[in-house]
Amino acid sequence: MAFLDRRQFLQLAAFGGAVFSSALPGAAHAAADDFYFVQLSDTHWGFEGPENPDARGTLPKAIAAVNALPEPPDFVIFTGDLTHTTEDGRERRKRMAEFQQQARALKVREVRYIPGEHDAALDQGKAYSEFFGPTHYVFDHRGVHFIVLDNVSDPAAKLGEEQLAWLQADLQAQPRDARIVVFAHRPLFDLYPQWDWATRDGAQAVELLQAHPNVVVFYGHIHQENHHMTGAIAHHSAKSLMFPLPAPGSQPKRTPVAWDPSQPYRGLGFREVEAEPAEARYVLSERPVTQG
Amino acid sequence: MPVDSLRRALVFALPAAALAQSDGVLELHVVARRFQFEPETLRVRAGVPVLLRLTSPEVPMGFNLPDFGVRTDIVPGKEAQLRFTPTRTGQFTFLCDVFCGNGHENMSGTLEVRS
Ligand SMILES: [Cu+2]
Repeated sequence: MAFLDRRQFLQLAAFGGAVFSSALPGAAHAAADDFYFVQLSDTHWGFEGPENPDARGTLPKAIAAVNALPEPPDFVIFTGDLTHTTEDGRERRKRMAEFQQQARALKVREVRYIPGEHDAALDQGKAYSEFFGPTHYVFDHRGVHFIVLDNVSDPAAKLGEEQLAWLQADLQAQPRDARIVVFAHRPLFDLYPQWDWATRDGAQAVELLQAHPNVVVFYGHIHQENHHMTGAIAHHSAKSLMFPLPAPGSQPKRTPVAWDPSQPYRGLGFREVEAEPAEARYVLSERPVTQG
Repeated sequence: MPVDSLRRALVFALPAAALAQSDGVLELHVVARRFQFEPETLRVRAGVPVLLRLTSPEVPMGFNLPDFGVRTDIVPGKEAQLRFTPTRTGQFTFLCDVFCGNGHENMSGTLEVRS
């Protein structure tokens, strides 16, 4: 997509919510194409409750909204909690199959997934891997190196020694000024440990990432937007597509925000991320779930 | 009354002071079950060392008290112990930090530290 087209489009489309830009310092890089991708998160397929009376209808609406974008994104990524957990292994697989069926309706070349603790913590990622493949992996796209981390298959919210060593080896193979985007489900930093909004050994991952000046992290889990810096690394959490959660520490328990019939789908949404690899810049536009 | 709720009622009825206290160490028993700690409120005194004896009858759990930097895993069939001395007064959240199913998100309690 031509740079100006995309820019103009964003300006026109900014009705959806705040446009947040995280620009990173760094020398001019070899010219690379601008592109954009879509992040959807925390769809909790299988959830039922008054927190979302349209539990089975919200994801299809979001998918329809993505399909209606004037230009299709290069890829779509779901950042975890694809399904709502169940102790019944058969039911877990049924929810994953249904979720996968839904996601097939996305009119994009590529859909990528990462697990959330609801998908993976009770069986250490077994059922998830049967449907969606490895729980951590890397891929490259138009000058950006993407790293998917798994901080949920361990029910104690650890990346673990093995994955940290894998991350270190991968990072060492990248040039220092590589454009790196990390996807994880939980925050890698201590956002609010009193609600377990943290990764037990996330600080070790952040330390490894600090060696590169152009790193941005996108995550989910907390069902709301949050923007945070650890050193030069920006961390951006995404909204949920099932129910919003309260702001960290704003109430005694992490109970979901109640559904407001006068403002249906309030607090739910997805985001477009426009990557400008040459400038190591990522422009976020938040999109609501709209009725219809 | 089912045995479980009778036991639960007993645990809640015991004031902290009535629990075993020897050598100036306050011993508290905590049961971590899906999806609640029993008791949910622990009352202790600042400066008095606490020994938590933690058990889980069902599945692996965690006990994490981030404000005092203490945590432990609780494995079924094995008592976990945590020792610490609360230094500040106030109310502090402890929580299960091992994902144990639907309801895990709300599995937390309060440590009340008085002077
Ligand atoms: Cu979630």
